[in-house]
Amino acid sequence: MRKFLLAVAAPALALLFALLVTTGILVVSGHPPLDVYKSMWDYGTQPDSLILTLNLSTTYYIAAVAVAIGFKMNLFNIGVDGQYRLAALFAAFVGGKADLPAPLHVALILVVAMVVGAMWAGVAAVLKNRRGVSEVISTIMLNYVATGIIAYLLTEGRFGVLAEGSNNIGTPPIGPSGQVPGLSFLNNLPFLKDATTSVYGMFVVAIAVGVGYWWMLNRTRFGFDLRASGLSSTAATASGINAKRMVLYVMLLSGAVAGLIGLPQLLGESHAYNLDFPAGLGFTGIAIALLGRNSPIGIVFGALLWAFLDVSRQILDLEGVSKEIVTIMQGIAVLSVVVAYEIVRRYGIRQQQREVGRQLGTDEPVLAEAGA
Amino acid sequence: MSEQKPQGGTKLGLPTPGDVVAPLAMQQRTFSFTGWRLAVLISGLIAVVSMVRIVTGAQQIDSAGTIAAAIGFAIPIGMAGLGGLWSERSGVVNIGLEGMMILGTWGAGWAGTTWGPWYGLLAGTVLGGIGAVVHAIATVTFGVDQIVSGVAINLLGLGVTQYLSTLVWPNQPTQSPTIPSIPTFTLPWFSDKMKEIADQGWFFVSDVASALRAITYDVPYTTFIAVLLLPITFFLLWRTSFGLRTRSCGEAPHAAESLGVNVYYHKYFAVIVSGFLAGFGGAVLATVLSGIYREGQTQGLGFIGLAAMIFGNWRVGGLAAGALLFGYTQAIQLRSGAAVHALLLVVVVLLVLMAALYFYRRSTRSGIIALIIAGLVFAWYATTETLPDQVAYVTPYVATLLVLSLASQRLRMPAADGRPYIKGQDH
Repeated sequence: MRKFLLAVAAPALALLFALLVTTGILVVSGHPPLDVYKSMWDYGTQPDSLILTLNLSTTYYIAAVAVAIGFKMNLFNIGVDGQYRLAALFAAFVGGKADLPAPLHVALILVVAMVVGAMWAGVAAVLKNRRGVSEVISTIMLNYVATGIIAYLLTEGRFGVLAEGSNNIGTPPIGPSGQVPGLSFLNNLPFLKDATTSVYGMFVVAIAVGVGYWWMLNRTRFGFDLRASGLSSTAATASGINAKRMVLYVMLLSGAVAGLIGLPQLLGESHAYNLDFPAGLGFTGIAIALLGRNSPIGIVFGALLWAFLDVSRQILDLEGVSKEIVTIMQGIAVLSVVVAYEIVRRYGIRQQQREVGRQLGTDEPVLAEAGA
Repeated sequence: MSEQKPQGGTKLGLPTPGDVVAPLAMQQRTFSFTGWRLAVLISGLIAVVSMVRIVTGAQQIDSAGTIAAAIGFAIPIGMAGLGGLWSERSGVVNIGLEGMMILGTWGAGWAGTTWGPWYGLLAGTVLGGIGAVVHAIATVTFGVDQIVSGVAINLLGLGVTQYLSTLVWPNQPTQSPTIPSIPTFTLPWFSDKMKEIADQGWFFVSDVASALRAITYDVPYTTFIAVLLLPITFFLLWRTSFGLRTRSCGEAPHAAESLGVNVYYHKYFAVIVSGFLAGFGGAVLATVLSGIYREGQTQGLGFIGLAAMIFGNWRVGGLAAGALLFGYTQAIQLRSGAAVHALLLVVVVLLVLMAALYFYRRSTRSGIIALIIAGLVFAWYATTETLPDQVAYVTPYVATLLVLSLASQRLRMPAADGRPYIKGQDH
């Protein structure tokens, strides 16, 4: 119970701190904070906004899980951003060219996306294992290389075709058999009653990814090895875990999940990868994974909160408040959450040492000055 | 591309006779350039480029304009890299350079349009420093993972500048009005003479003249400040006891602590300097290169700076070479497509020379590989008229990956780089 309280205290405190700072900024710039928050809440809880929130959080959740898989064993896959964009491009192209019956068509797109994402992440894994290159640096570089490759491929005559009536270049559109319909039955829910859109069908896939991540982490040998490697790589190696193989598998898995990030948008809405396909979702994923502390459940809350803020801030322009205030709030929340976790961790260790000290018959904490 | 490694070190890690066998002094051996060897290498490079220029007729490949543009881009890259060097030498990885640079561009846009360009540079520098203070509090005081904090700083840098822009420029929040320009320096008679010689198109002489013209004609004063910061950094970090202490925090913080070094203080100092430098780089980018603050104008230059630092093996000289090379790839793609194509030939010649060196050293396998690659690149050159624009764009990143993967034995990052330090807790 105490452990649970500590785990919840950290994000709660951090969010409170972020809210306080945001309130301070609003007061200084002359906007009544409560009115601003109220209009955000009112706008964000309308049925259409809620559906947007659910759709966005579908994408965010997958992105955060892709990041978290690596983070859980202290493997920093900063390259999720490049992986999903490259994967979405190839998946969109293959999907646009293919002509298959509905379930197979969608399956093909999913498989292509996961394979491409995994392969791009695999480059970083091979560089790390064979040449000792830090995955942080290599994945940052690979993000930009991916940007270059996409810019090269997404031109007319290669993967791109000019969309009719605009100068937006995109992959050939995916036919109806490759599109995933929305979950319109959800619109019967009381709080989604009058919505004009529906939740992406990929919502189901996001749930599957979450359950799979939880299962892998807590119910499989691989998940155990992964967590052990994250907690102490030396202890893991000593107990017979092959560190290099873990790096390769975890990176491939992270990349495969990253490949799915672009698909809610691709299969549910745009049906093509074009120049204005959303970018930067990999970094949002990092932020949400940190907020949710890499836990399959924690990330659900992180993704929902992030998406809700992203949707409800759209009203702020009408209120005369610049909506970037929400970006600041998100940034502060992430930074203060990681600081809060660290403080709570040190506090917990201190308590533990105090407990040991008490049992040894002295009130002084054992090795208190060591801190951790 | 990778053969332009700043450490042409032929020592392959063997200590040179002059080396003192002490952990910190041992790093000196990676900088095994004696003056004449550097001179030979540079002249050789000029000769190769000059030859290719005459053979292909791609004058833009090393015209004064191209070199000036390359130096222009190299300044923000180099400043970000220098920032990374300070921070990482003290043992703090700084992925947040990009965010600090963004803060710098905005500071230059805001103060530059309000009070003039010099105040803009100052404001950009200070804002970068403020970003670094946040990074230092998170990583040094609280021991948060440095990568995580850096990612958060990048997020925050973007959000804060976007928000501030809507307050300061409510009508057009994605960019500032034009920033007044920085005065430039021209060496009177000499620079004109150099232009005359450069225009002759002579072998070697004209190429040297182009370079001299580029550094004596219309040079913004910020360039001199930035270039001066390189030797100043080298002196402070490698020739003073303060610098030795800072570097010892990046190598063995607990050993440093046992000798009475205040590790927290040195880390804070280095990280904040790193923010100043990245902010200054961003401010130069906005003031000198663009003349305007525009949202998203850094385009990952902070990361290229980080790449230049790694490429340069966490050393000042190597970093400068890396920044110049990456600045050149940024400049050349804007200047001329034909020159980019001609560069393939430069790569071929350099690969052949490298192969010759390998054969001379009797490593036949590496020699053959280099020759095969040279053949492939030549075939690419011969069968195409132009290169895709993206080739120059990805060059810095691919070069960094190549250097990291091919020369990783010769790269040596600070031993305790990236590890959180808690006082009195030695593992």
